[in-house]
Amino acid sequence: MSATNSTILNLPDQKTATLPKRNYINAEDGLLSWLFTGDHKRIGMLYLISITFFFFIGGAFAGLIRLELLTPQPDLVASDTYNKLFSMHGIIMVFLFLVPSVPATIGNFLIPIMIGAKDLAFPKINLLSWYLYWIGGLFTLTAMVLGGVDTGWTFTTPLSTHYLNTHVVTAGLGVFIIGFSSIFTGLNFIVTIHRMRAPGMTWFRMPLFVWSNYAASILMVLGTPVLAITLVLVVLERTIGIGVFDPTKGGDPLLFQHLFWFYSHPAVYIMILPGMGVISEVISTFSRKRVFGYTAVAFSSVAIALFGFFVWAHHMFIMGVSNYSALVFSLLTMLVAVPSAIKTFNWAFTLQKGSITFETPMLYAFGFLGLFTIGGMTGVFLGALGMDIHLTETYFIVAHFHFVMVGGMLMAFLAGVHFWWPKMTGRMYPESLSKLAAVTTFIGFNLTFLPQFILGYLGMPRRYHSYPPEFQVLNVLSTAGATVLGVGYMLPLLYLAWSLKYGEIAGNNPWQATGLEWQIQSPPLTENFIEVPIMDHEAYDYEWLAHKTEQEVTTVG
Amino acid sequence: MDNTIVATHHDTAAEDHHAALPQHRHHFETPEQQREAGTFGMWLFLLTEIMFFGGLFFAYLLYRNWYHDAFVVASNQLSIPLGATNTAVLIGSGFFMALGVWAAEVRKKGLLVLFLILTTLLGLVFLGVKYFEYKEKWEKHHIPGEHFDISEFVNPPINPKTGRPTEQPLPPDVAQKTQVFFSLYFAMTGMHALHMIIGIGLLIWLIRRSQRGDFSAGYVAPIENFGLYWHFVDIVWLFLFPLLYLINRHPGS
Amino acid sequence: MSEYHDPANITNPEHGEHHIVTPKTYSLVFVSLLIGTAITVGAAYIDLGIFNPVVALAIACTKAVIVILFFMHVFFQSKLIKMTVAAGFFTFLVLIIMTLSDYMSRAWGLW
Repeated sequence: MSATNSTILNLPDQKTATLPKRNYINAEDGLLSWLFTGDHKRIGMLYLISITFFFFIGGAFAGLIRLELLTPQPDLVASDTYNKLFSMHGIIMVFLFLVPSVPATIGNFLIPIMIGAKDLAFPKINLLSWYLYWIGGLFTLTAMVLGGVDTGWTFTTPLSTHYLNTHVVTAGLGVFIIGFSSIFTGLNFIVTIHRMRAPGMTWFRMPLFVWSNYAASILMVLGTPVLAITLVLVVLERTIGIGVFDPTKGGDPLLFQHLFWFYSHPAVYIMILPGMGVISEVISTFSRKRVFGYTAVAFSSVAIALFGFFVWAHHMFIMGVSNYSALVFSLLTMLVAVPSAIKTFNWAFTLQKGSITFETPMLYAFGFLGLFTIGGMTGVFLGALGMDIHLTETYFIVAHFHFVMVGGMLMAFLAGVHFWWPKMTGRMYPESLSKLAAVTTFIGFNLTFLPQFILGYLGMPRRYHSYPPEFQVLNVLSTAGATVLGVGYMLPLLYLAWSLKYGEIAGNNPWQATGLEWQIQSPPLTENFIEVPIMDHEAYDYEWLAHKTEQEVTTVG
Repeated sequence: MDNTIVATHHDTAAEDHHAALPQHRHHFETPEQQREAGTFGMWLFLLTEIMFFGGLFFAYLLYRNWYHDAFVVASNQLSIPLGATNTAVLIGSGFFMALGVWAAEVRKKGLLVLFLILTTLLGLVFLGVKYFEYKEKWEKHHIPGEHFDISEFVNPPINPKTGRPTEQPLPPDVAQKTQVFFSLYFAMTGMHALHMIIGIGLLIWLIRRSQRGDFSAGYVAPIENFGLYWHFVDIVWLFLFPLLYLINRHPGS
Repeated sequence: MSEYHDPANITNPEHGEHHIVTPKTYSLVFVSLLIGTAITVGAAYIDLGIFNPVVALAIACTKAVIVILFFMHVFFQSKLIKMTVAAGFFTFLVLIIMTLSDYMSRAWGLW
């Protein structure tokens, strides 16, 4: 089947196509062969199942929050319970879903293949990372089952250290352990990318997906430990009375916030950078054009990582930091927006004069471009001190971060899952159903979160389970949107699972994409490559691909 | 230029070389790549340790500045002879660890085992002294929490020779801040001691494997990389000692 | 064997001479560290005013540097390792200095 104008999808003849006889999925049988694997691809799939599980738990909490907020009165749950709902939603979504989403699933699967390596540098540490994820996840679930934690995902002191009887220690330890999972993933990526690139695979020939994950990995390694020590100190303060944040003993609660946000701001870049990497790959493939300004995009990824370390106190403008330091952090915050903007411009120029088609990954990518831009711009608004004083701790912030994290990151994650699904499983998903899901999530998302910008601007505070009656209409719209969004997210779960058995056979390169991963079989062999590849062309070289395809056709028979 | 991806074949000589080393992991092309990757990976892990302790060091920096008088008096509770001895002990332990790496590189099994044992012994001496110091704090009710006792800081004991207090007496609200010092003391030295305990556990495992000859036939990486960890823990103490023990020891100030 | 992994390719840091640091070097470092410790303790008993903590930290930093360079072999390692160590301390300094900027400037009052 040749490519038509409306799609670049090129599947093999389904009557004769089969999955490759030998691949990483059937290489070894049995549950233990998966639980004790060192294969980065199997670990990536284990992570995919794990984060999906936690995503739906976090989503259930979101559903309950929106249900409560249908009415202005606090009528669904008690206020303590409501606090637990948004805290668990935040903890699970941030630490158990967003942070590992692209790196631990798609990154683990693809990075070695993209650079021509047989595996990551430290396969056992990769497996350990997954086990740590689950141990931390179990601690978090235990905290939930035992009654929950209600500090918010931000564990702010002295509330978390002194004024609550809830399971702060359990949840804190859970996040601490998950942090190490993240650190080991990042460490593995950095060593692999530096040391295990195939011959000819120079830094500037790597796919931009690798650059983005590299930048995110630096943040994981350097930032997460500060969160770790902060949580340790909170746990010590609650258990044995070591009072570093306790104002009654002379401690400074703001010190907690400095240390917490020193990680948690780079954390948002840990979350978004891999998503941006996905977008680079998807936009290039579905415009049939190399990414415009490769070097600028690559350096911008690293610049986001670097500048991301300099801006954390913009989460603390109203908390008691000095005006002078607030000014400095505000200026630096304006600066950190620049590399993200550079990337967005480069994606736009990639689209210009490209041959654009609208397969599902591209739909999610377009959604990302619009929604991330809105989210990013509202971040710049919040970076201005005068605006922040009015907008902070309102629904404007909630809308801002959901636009970048859900409209941005989650859409990028779904784009990546759909884009590389044929590679990871050998099967295609049903295109019309997937397009429907993409459009549904886009509509549902906007209906959920655009009203929240207005609510925040009008002054509705966040983390409250009741509100003045004049805000009800917008809240009802938001909850309606959340319902649509929920349906949109359920659909991929169903059709992707369905495709594992009934999906069309994908073949090596259904999207006719460049990149080493598309030159090997789907699903790949355990060792990825039969022989070490030599990289002799630039990234996104569509001429090379056309020439190669031509050669393959002419040499048959 | 050939436009297809070309396969390469390993040199048969290289393959023999590969087959000769049992520790060679096959996702690495060469043993050297594996060794360099291992060192790089360990350094990245040490970076996480720098940032981990970094938070504690900042807290210390802040509160020493805010509560200087209380910190001085509290710090004087720590014993310089014990602290300095421990510093020398740990430096010695690091010295023997470095010698152990050398012994592995020149493939002298007996020396390697000896140096690892000396490293471990000195590490245990360090922990023993720390236990003794902690016990003293427990007995004097200087552990932060419900039983923290500030009486010694409000009414310091009188030096029988001079007839004057051994320390400047602090007003009670300032004396309360000595608890912050001790919180940081226990958090920082406790975290350090935890890292040492983990290190000693690893050392015991390394000693056993060294005795079997695992590290004196060219496979040096575990010794080398553990050495990096051990030296890092040493460096943390090199900062903890002057910061915690030597705030202000000059008389008359 | 690919060009990168050809042992003759000396630009690949994996093919550098594995410089074995001698016990003599280690002994020199060991003695220097002990001397540094003695000086630190001695200096603590002398009133240098504002310079007491400066001297103590300067000596501690020097000790740390020689441990890193010689006990931890960084002096003989590739540029990558050296940059990695530098990156770690850079990030540590960012944490300290930028957080300090808040605490120090609080005393300057409101504008």
